[in-house]
Amino acid sequence: MTVGRALFQLLVFPGLLYAVPVAWLMLWMERKLTARLQGRIGPPFYQPFFDFVKLLAKRPLPRPPLQALAMSALPVLAVAGTLGALALLPVFPHSGGFTGDLVLLVALLEIPPLCAVLAGFVSRSIYGELGATREAVLSIAYSLPFLAALVALAAAANSLSLSVISQQAMWQVRLPALLALALCLPVKLRVNPFSVANAEQEIYAGATTEFEGPRLALWELAHGLEWVALTGLWAVLAFPAANAAWPLRAVVFVAISLALVLVLAAVAAATARLKLAQAARVYWLWGSALGVLAMVVAVVWP
Amino acid sequence: MRLIDSLVRTSRRRSPWLFHLNAGSCNGCDIELVACLTPRYDVEQLGIRLEGSPRHADIIVVSGPVTRTTRAALETVYAQVPDPKVVVALGSCPASCNVFAGSPTVEGPLDRILPVDVYVPGCPPRPDAIIAGIAEAIALLAEGGHA
Repeated sequence: MTVGRALFQLLVFPGLLYAVPVAWLMLWMERKLTARLQGRIGPPFYQPFFDFVKLLAKRPLPRPPLQALAMSALPVLAVAGTLGALALLPVFPHSGGFTGDLVLLVALLEIPPLCAVLAGFVSRSIYGELGATREAVLSIAYSLPFLAALVALAAAANSLSLSVISQQAMWQVRLPALLALALCLPVKLRVNPFSVANAEQEIYAGATTEFEGPRLALWELAHGLEWVALTGLWAVLAFPAANAAWPLRAVVFVAISLALVLVLAAVAAATARLKLAQAARVYWLWGSALGVLAMVVAVVWP
Repeated sequence: MRLIDSLVRTSRRRSPWLFHLNAGSCNGCDIELVACLTPRYDVEQLGIRLEGSPRHADIIVVSGPVTRTTRAALETVYAQVPDPKVVVALGSCPASCNVFAGSPTVEGPLDRILPVDVYVPGCPPRPDAIIAGIAEAIALLAEGGHA
């Protein structure tokens, strides 16, 4: 991967220039579809953009220096980690990449939940701490199926490179792995029925309860970027056609991502929130079953 | 600079987030405020959101005559909302203490404790009146609130 190529992927596509507007678009799609399914009109499409600008323009409250530093650094780290993960997605088959970028991707995708847990505790609010604890418990629960699915794909393709995996993994492995990854998306994005970590109206906003103004704006941005990165990862793994021309690949990548947002938002609007133990159980039981199935097929299939 | 100023003003107008505080209200005004979120009125199409945390809010909506036990909470919450902010007095109680006027447990009306920007009279006010009041508060917020 050359420096120019890496910069292009980080700053243009699928990085900053593509991801930030699409993050706002996805946040809007989620709110709008929920509103339409509830018989409301819902927010106009520029809503997340104006929310972001308004929050940036609010004056931060005075805090003790170390807490202020931690509360500013954590959302920045979450945004940076997610952008890095986005840059690694092999949307184009021969866009480079390197052996082991799967490991880096997994590490970068784990940064936002980790930052959210730390943010909940550093804000020293009882609601933030509750949200952080729930986030931590859930992240242990969903990590098992999430990692098992990715390991199964890597074993099936006999490679740790994302672009090789997205091209060469067998469909017998890919299908259960994609199902396991899809099951992990709602909990990673904290939407119903697995929204217990930020449980709106119950523990206010979970880990971000105490965050205000620009710091909250960065959390909202990180959340939007997580939508782009996770649906993008799923889209890359679900569409392996290597010989398709690059404009077609880009269009299919965006289309699968947006369709996935619609499905997740519809499921979220149609379901109620599960309790922490119930949500964790779904991942330990059904998520792990799918992940283990993918792994067994990957190892046993000739 | 002028472009940024106008962008900030527009975004404040398009995305006002409310924090609702019950300072001893009978729950009548609170029900009418929540009715604004239902499909019939749907204030989310104006970008209005009811937030759980005062740290996220732009507009503080207070209902009730401010009883002795809620006064400290009211002052804390007001300090927790980052500037610029606007205070809306919802219903007759925060404006005049209504039927609770003269009670030894009531410390209102609200303007003795916080600077009130918009009054929405009524016992309780209709959702239409509440939305009109919030629209007035939004105009103040876009100009930088009272801070």
